[in-house]
Order: sequence, then structure tokens, then C-alpha cells
Amino acid sequence: MSTVVRTTTEGAVAFRGLHRHYGEVRALDGLDLDLAPGEMVVLLGPSGCGKTTALRILAGLDVADSGSVLVNGKDITHVPANKRGMGMVFQAYSLFPHLTVAENVAFGLKLRGDDRRKRAARAGEMLELVGLSEHGNRYASQLSGGQQQRVALARALAIEPAVLLLDEPLSALDAKVRVQLRDEIRRVQLEVGTTTLFVTHDQEEALAVADRVGVMNNGRLDQVAPPTELYARPATRFVAEFVGLSNRLRAEVDGAGATVLGGRIPLLEGSLDHGTGMALVRPEAVSITPSGEANARVVAVAFLGPFSRVQCRLEDGQIILAQVPSSAAMHLAQDQPVQVDVQADAVLVVED
Amino acid sequence: MTTSVRFRVLRVMLLAAFAVFFFGPLLAMLDFSTRGAGGGRSWDAWANLVQDPELRSAIVTSLLLAVFTVVLSLVLLVPTMIWVRLRVPWAGRLLESLCLLPLTIPALVIVVGITNVYQWVTYLLGDSALNLTFVYVVLVLPYAYRSLDSALSSIDAATLSEAARSLGAGWFTVIGRIIVPNIWTGVLSAAFISVALVLGEFTVASLLNYNNMQVVINLLGKSDANTSVAASLAALVFAFVLLMLLSFVGRSRRDAEGA
Repeated sequence: MSTVVRTTTEGAVAFRGLHRHYGEVRALDGLDLDLAPGEMVVLLGPSGCGKTTALRILAGLDVADSGSVLVNGKDITHVPANKRGMGMVFQAYSLFPHLTVAENVAFGLKLRGDDRRKRAARAGEMLELVGLSEHGNRYASQLSGGQQQRVALARALAIEPAVLLLDEPLSALDAKVRVQLRDEIRRVQLEVGTTTLFVTHDQEEALAVADRVGVMNNGRLDQVAPPTELYARPATRFVAEFVGLSNRLRAEVDGAGATVLGGRIPLLEGSLDHGTGMALVRPEAVSITPSGEANARVVAVAFLGPFSRVQCRLEDGQIILAQVPSSAAMHLAQDQPVQVDVQADAVLVVED
Repeated sequence: MTTSVRFRVLRVMLLAAFAVFFFGPLLAMLDFSTRGAGGGRSWDAWANLVQDPELRSAIVTSLLLAVFTVVLSLVLLVPTMIWVRLRVPWAGRLLESLCLLPLTIPALVIVVGITNVYQWVTYLLGDSALNLTFVYVVLVLPYAYRSLDSALSSIDAATLSEAARSLGAGWFTVIGRIIVPNIWTGVLSAAFISVALVLGEFTVASLLNYNNMQVVINLLGKSDANTSVAASLAALVFAFVLLMLLSFVGRSRRDAEGA
């Protein structure tokens, strides 16, 4: 890219003890979260977990019952939305239909009083950043959904926001465009270095773009961690079950380890410390060996391209999912006896 | 005869029937209003529209009433409806029933009820036919409301306004530069329908003893039928042109957006 895009002011964001109730529903129940300057944090959770409420409170579009929001150490809890300088991309298409693409991008600049030349230059710069330089004179109705969201991103970044807010920006798009635009958003965010809060219910999306993912459940953060850690070392049962697939296997806990399918595995923090529980095991930590000595039978094989997902029934009737390379799975037949083992570095064992 | 030909014939016949039904009376009015003495043609009646002082002032009054009614009803209704939609959606139903109420009340009843109020209005503002603006605003409410409501429903006003707010727009900017331009066809249609309604209004003006165009046309009809028919025809054509303009404006906007 030839244009040098000015790095935006990197804001450090802090949520402090946010509460928000809608009647009986607790959307936020004491949310604390810090975003480092330039960081992209994704809030992930099922619908109704409070993630969008948190984002809207940061944008100034919703008001917390108690608690505060700080940007660069300054309390902005009572600053109106139009004075906050936050760029936002919405789930619904939000381009102004009566303005061209370039006018949309320049809208915020016009409001803050930039002259015509400066506006045009900045709008051009931003459209180039999202790869839509050729579309400046079109109207929103002449663009595809993905293009509209890219323009919305350019418009949000044009005002050099302290924080970029993305409210499920991809959920209205079809699968292929979603993946493309997801990567595009991450590229642009890394390029401009704006602190970003991204809200989504799609775990794959979250894991793919985030510096850190915050998993929300009932208005609280269960865990905030980099994607790899979140996946490998889930802090709670909810996180383990919401992020990625998990097998639930009976486990005996004693001391520092658990016995699962006859093998010993170290425990993750937050596990039971003794007795019988359920170990949450990722399908890719399950290995299958076709051999004479078997503890399970193959129920079904689902081909997923490079990998296949194999469903097996253990001797005691439990169903277990394994993810294995398709080259290995193609030799498996239905009802074939196999040896199933768990090969995880550590495992979370929860109460049954 | 194939089906498509039969359809085409049917269409032409229907159009012709409609044209006769629609233009017949208009042509008859044109014919009547241009009849001169001794069977000749004369434009005297039409000249009276601007020459007869009473009629001329009544036309001016009606045109001014139309302008004031449109301005006042839009100034009241547009920001209120946008505000209700964005900030107090629960009040939407209430606003709707209030705005539609005038439809259910006969003009006669409105006049009986409003006479007392108008004593105050005349006391405060002086006795002028332009005072009718206030009651006309009430009469056009249902139509203006409907036009604006359907225009507002066709856009995602909440998201657009939030996007504008996040870009630094205050509420005046949101309403004036984001919402109104996107409901402009609705605003125009509300305005044109209001104009048509005000220009044709007779009952309320007559019962409240004000001289607007229709009242004077009615009076003239008793002494100078030709002029009264000319005035009626002019008013009809004017309203018709307004409505045509409305549909063209709507169409060209849609074309420009390439939808």
C-alpha cells in the first residue's frame, strides 16, 4: 500500500464495575475489563449475555446503571455519544442512503469542520485502505453487503477514533464474505493500530481476529485470554463448552491429576480437587487406533476436508467425538472396533 | 385472439372508460366556464379569477392557508415523529391514535367544538381567515402522519441516527441532515396532500364564517356560475398537478439511488 495511513490516537479503555438492568434482566452484572492501547479485544458470548450492552455503553448509546467507563484514564461515563470520538460499525447496514460512498466516509470530518480538500483526501485514503477507491461516487444501494460494511469501517476510521467499536459487523453477510471481511478487518486494524472492541457470537470469528477474547456469560466475564490460551486452558465449564467442541467424559480426580479412559492427565486450574466428575476434552485431543484391543466402536464418520470427525461409542455407552486427519479416518468403517485414548496436556474436570 | 391481445384490448378499453369518467366532467367544466354571450367562446370567467377582488383575495387566502398549514404541520409533526421513533417508541401508538383522531370526527362536530377555542384565537391574533391554519393543521394530521410514518418505516432510523451520533452529530444534525433527507418523499407527499386538502376545504371555513376560495366559489355560483366553475377547475387542476409532481419526484429519487 502506497498511502501512509496516519496512526490513530490509541486509546486505553477501562470498564469499571458496570451494571445494567433492563427490568428483571441483568444485562451487565459488574463488568470489569481493560483494553491496552492498540489492542483488539473480542467479546464473545451467546445472545443476551450482555456483550452488545457493554459495547453500546462504551459508545455512549446506552447508559450504565452504575460503574464507569474510562478512556486514557479520563472518565467518559457521562459524555454524550457524539462527543466521544468512537468509530462504530453496526450489525445492520448503516450507510446514509442519500449520500455517496465518499460523502459517507467524509461525513464525520465535515461535522468536525475539516475543509473540503482535507475531507476528500482523507476519504480517498480510507477508501483505499478498505480497497474501494473506485466506488467513491456510488450510493449504498449500489454496493454489496460486504462492500457496505467495508465503507462503514472506512467511515468509522476516518474520524481517527480513540476506539473502534464493531458490533457484530459480519453477521448479516454470507459465509464466504464473512471470512474474507473478518481477515480484512484484522489487517486494517493492525495497520492503523486503533484500539478495538469487537462483539460477536461467532467463536471462530473471535478466535481468528482477537489479541484477547473475553467470554461473557450472564452479564459477567468468565475469562479474558489470548485465543490459544482460551482454547487450551478454559477457566470455566461455560468457556470450555461455548468455545470449540468438547467431549464430556467421566473422570476420577485425585491429587494433581485425573484418570480419563484409563490414562492420567494433569488438571487445569478451576477443576474439581477430588472425586468423580466430567472431564471436558477437545475432539482433537482424542486419538483413534484401529487395533485388536479395542474400547470403542465407530458410529459414524463426518468428512470435513482435511479433517474428519469420528463418532465412537465407548463400552459403557458414552459417545465420544474425535477429530483426526482424513487420511487416517478413511480407513475406518462403521461398527469397527477401535482403541480410543485421550492425549491432552491438561484437562478441566467439572462437577457432573 | 391470443390472450395477450385480448388483455391489451381490455386494457385500452379500461383506460378509455377511466379517461371518459375522469376527463369528462373536467372538459364539461372547461366548456361551461368558457361559454360567452350568444353562443361564442369567452375567457371572461377565467379573467375574473384575478380581476374579481373578492375571488382574488379568497384565492390568495387559500394559497396562504395551504402554505401555513403545510409549514406548521410539518414543523410540528416531523421532529415529533422522529423523536418518538428514536427515543420514546412506546409513545408511538399514542401519537398514531392522536393523529388519526380527526378522521373519525365529522367536520361539523369539530367546528362546534372549536368555536369556543376560536373566540380566543381571534381575540389574541385578530380576526383573519388565516386563523383557519390551526384547525386545518388538525384536519391534515391523519394524512400527513400516514405519509411520514410510511417513509420513516422504510428506513432504519435508529441505526442511521446512532451511526451519525457516533460520528459526532448532535440531535439537530441527525434529524436535519440524516433522517429528513431520507424521508424526503414522505415529507413532500405530506405537503402536497395537505395543499390539496386545504384548497378544497369548504365546511369548516363556511361554518366558522371565513371566506376561503371554496366558500367564495360557492357564493359566486349563485350569481356568476361561469366564474365559480372556472375557479373550481383551476383548483382541481392545481391539486392534480401537485400530485403528479409528487409521483415524479418519488420516481426520480428511486432512479437516482439505482434501487
